[in-house]
Amino acid sequence: MTQQTPLYAQHVALGARVVDFGGWDMPLHYGSQLDEHHAVRRDAGVFDVSHMRAVDVAGPGATPFLRHLLANDVQRLQHPGKALYSCMLNEQGGVLDDLIVYYRGPGRYRVVVNAGTAAKDLVWIRARAAAFDVEVVERADLAMVAVQGPTARDRTVGLFDAAGRAAALALEPFFAAEWGGEAGMFVARTGYTGEDGFEIMLPAGEVVAFWRRLLAAGVRPCGLGARDTLRLEAGMNLYGNDMDETTTPLESGLAWTVALGAPRDFIGRAALEAQQRAGLSRKLVGLLLDERGILRAHQTVYSPAGEGQTTSGTYSPTLERSIALARVPAATGGEVEVDIRGKRLRARVVRPPFVRHGKSVIVP
Amino acid sequence: MSNNLPAELRYTRSHEWVRRNPDGTVTVGITDHAQHALGDIVFAETPEAGRVMAAGDACAVVESVKAASDVYSPVAGTVVAGNPALTDAPEKINTDPYGEGWLWQLTPADPAAVDALLDAAGYERVLAESAE
Repeated sequence: MTQQTPLYAQHVALGARVVDFGGWDMPLHYGSQLDEHHAVRRDAGVFDVSHMRAVDVAGPGATPFLRHLLANDVQRLQHPGKALYSCMLNEQGGVLDDLIVYYRGPGRYRVVVNAGTAAKDLVWIRARAAAFDVEVVERADLAMVAVQGPTARDRTVGLFDAAGRAAALALEPFFAAEWGGEAGMFVARTGYTGEDGFEIMLPAGEVVAFWRRLLAAGVRPCGLGARDTLRLEAGMNLYGNDMDETTTPLESGLAWTVALGAPRDFIGRAALEAQQRAGLSRKLVGLLLDERGILRAHQTVYSPAGEGQTTSGTYSPTLERSIALARVPAATGGEVEVDIRGKRLRARVVRPPFVRHGKSVIVP
Repeated sequence: MSNNLPAELRYTRSHEWVRRNPDGTVTVGITDHAQHALGDIVFAETPEAGRVMAAGDACAVVESVKAASDVYSPVAGTVVAGNPALTDAPEKINTDPYGEGWLWQLTPADPAAVDALLDAAGYERVLAESAE
């Protein structure tokens, strides 16, 4: 049995192609994935991300607990509303999930995890929380939408009350504001597209009306298809594709999210330090296809340094050529070849992201 | 949903269409149903002239943003030409699947094999069955 978000009937009414994603019936597109992609790069689009799960972590032990649980350090969050991207690791340093944690005030955090891993994550988090003075509350009562694009904030703030509008307009990137209490609005200037915008959590019972007002404000509904091409252009990893329990953040282009500076005992630390000492054998890179064709996940990459594999690949609607992420031997650089349906085509190693704020940012 | 199925064409269960040309060649493409199911098409690879193919051979690739799909030869024959316009404008398969979005032209080994393919009513029944 698949699950449905509170917006499911809206998707169907809009003519969405619905697919199973992590056990949820989600819109793939509403007619044209390409048009939806361009809407986010040029104007504004909204994604139903209610399948993702908010988990509130609060109590006197919340900060020490999250400093133990996560590879990034919540001690970096000194200002209420500040967000932090982190991996949650197993003892072997493998990535259990990637998540965003928001600091809501002393001893209060909100963690947002992926849909497909949420059930597994909660079991893991609750088991580790037992040793700390902390309460873990799954917020299945909240729905979530992401409004993204250069005009997303302008089109959205008019839907908030005066106080909320002022708070939302004042947000710096990677900060959140909330008003109206636990059953109120939680608005973060974050996203998964490489564009400006908001991610908004609100009570599930209010999300249909809010969604309709967004559409009335000129925001285009966008499906998971566009979400995938946008995040890949932005060089952002997709959990389960580009990393999983068998890969560490160091092998996944996420060394910048691992805080090893402070003497802090977090889960997976010993394994990461051992991997660093031994030297990394693999790394995650961007690929730009130099010939006609489309890179997809699980294609073999050939280089003088050895073989690797693509982890995500697509047609980039912004660049009008194919791009990919690939896990390759650490010494790989410059020109490589990728086996696409039995033919070896030339590609170049580049540093992600490929696109930021609507423009190519490729650095060979 | 009403299906866009020109009556003069022949069809396959794998969603190709075949047009019989006056010079004895045939033109092959994918149906409106197929292009709609694939979504926005961003790449097409068509066979080269002179290639000899058996019925059911995978001889073209059509890729949407999301996935790649093989296109199979409805009948045996020799390729006359692939559609050169698709190199720069693969979206023609979406916008005009029975016209400018054609994939390749071939000389059938046995012209009677074309007549044995599904007619529009037969293909419509295939679509109705798969929708059930």
